[in-house]
Amino acid sequence: MNPDTSPSGAHPIVRLEKVNKHFGSLHVLKDIDLEVTPGEVVVIIGASGSGKSTLIRCINGLEEFQQGHLEVDGSPLLPYGKATKALQRIRTEVGMVFQQFNLFPHLSVLDNVTLAPMKVRGWSRSDATEIAERLLERVGISDQAAKYPTQLSGGQQQRVALARALAMEPRLMLFDEPTSALDPEMIGEVLDAMRELAKEGMTMMIVTHEMGFAREVADRVIYIHKGEIAEEGPPETIFDSPKEAPTRNFLARVLQH
Amino acid sequence: MDVTFQFDWQAAFASIPHLLPGIPYTLLISFVGLAIGFIIGIIFGLLRISPIAWLRVPAIAYIEVFRGTPVLVQVLFIFYGLPQLLGGPINALVAGIAAIAVNSGAYISEIVRGGVQSIDRGQKEAGLSLGLSRRQTFRYIIWPQAFRRMIPPLGNQGIISIKDTSLFSVIGVGELVRQGQVYIATTFTALEVYLMVAMLYLAITLSLSLVLRIIERKGLAGQ
Repeated sequence: MNPDTSPSGAHPIVRLEKVNKHFGSLHVLKDIDLEVTPGEVVVIIGASGSGKSTLIRCINGLEEFQQGHLEVDGSPLLPYGKATKALQRIRTEVGMVFQQFNLFPHLSVLDNVTLAPMKVRGWSRSDATEIAERLLERVGISDQAAKYPTQLSGGQQQRVALARALAMEPRLMLFDEPTSALDPEMIGEVLDAMRELAKEGMTMMIVTHEMGFAREVADRVIYIHKGEIAEEGPPETIFDSPKEAPTRNFLARVLQH
Repeated sequence: MDVTFQFDWQAAFASIPHLLPGIPYTLLISFVGLAIGFIIGIIFGLLRISPIAWLRVPAIAYIEVFRGTPVLVQVLFIFYGLPQLLGGPINALVAGIAAIAVNSGAYISEIVRGGVQSIDRGQKEAGLSLGLSRRQTFRYIIWPQAFRRMIPPLGNQGIISIKDTSLFSVIGVGELVRQGQVYIATTFTALEVYLMVAMLYLAITLSLSLVLRIIERKGLAGQ
């Protein structure tokens, strides 16, 4: 069997093989093997400090790893991942939404969205603006385009961040706890926008504590425990009949409240 | 002995026309010196935070030396000391400008470093994750935000450097203090003249403060 081919037969967009990462003496990721196929929605759950954020941050090279093989869309990211041209190219294909939004406070909402398409893709301002306006409308903030990020609510800011990432027309979207910094009443609007995106067939890797959302949108749930993939499977299996004791303990704790 | 003293307003105002010729020198040294200092500050401030040690170490050495020694000693060194090395005299005005440049450059390096380092790491990560290069991320995302934060400390440094130019009377530059000294030598009205000298410095520094306040308000309006 061709090792590049995942069980479903499609060429994987992300492939990790025995990826290991250390922060000094701390072994953060241990022998991670993972493949994500185009169109798949993978939700990664686990306790804080388990390495789940670190895992998705390795995929666009925001974190370096020390051993193993990681490739995105066929291009390998090297261990000790230095900022190479190849890494920059991968980043243009991989969008990311951060827990803290990380919008650019000195730019208007519209300029936040058009900056990368203009500077990286070389689009004209009018082309970039047209696409930005369409994306802002899609996430429900077209009437705020001229405002600055700090004038928006957290939920609105995170939707702008989503539009900003989508403007690069990525093939893969990474979400690093996208609702963890939001007030409870704003979580829904962000999850709705992500749900829409999943429906449209975007490949997504999502680190989240929103278990209801995970169950609903995930094609596959991965539970990370102390830097290892402890268990993975379809959401029904993971949430309703987890096999491993750490998964059961974790779910008992998070589903209680 | 009669010790009553009358402040002579007439003498004070009469001195002003004799002091005014010093203002162009004060302003010239300040602004040219600070402009060069700003360029030095950007270069050395960025070298100071370079991950590469052989770029960082010389920048640290420069900053520590010129921040840690008095500007008066620096200008004396340049004006009296350097000609012995170079084998020819240095123009006093040039020496003054050079002293302000290297001295303010050291402080501005630290202002640049502080400004850049104060920008949240997430900004850089967001830029890089969008596919911007390191250079683009710095130019379009980090620097504009850092520069805004640098405006108040830069204004502070500008005011300090303007006042530092008063020391250059010792090398004979015809700036404000020097003009005052020359005038007092013929009139002996030290109290009145130095008060006017102080007022003229205050007028310059207050004007700068005002301009900075306008720039700050404008610059921050967007946020």
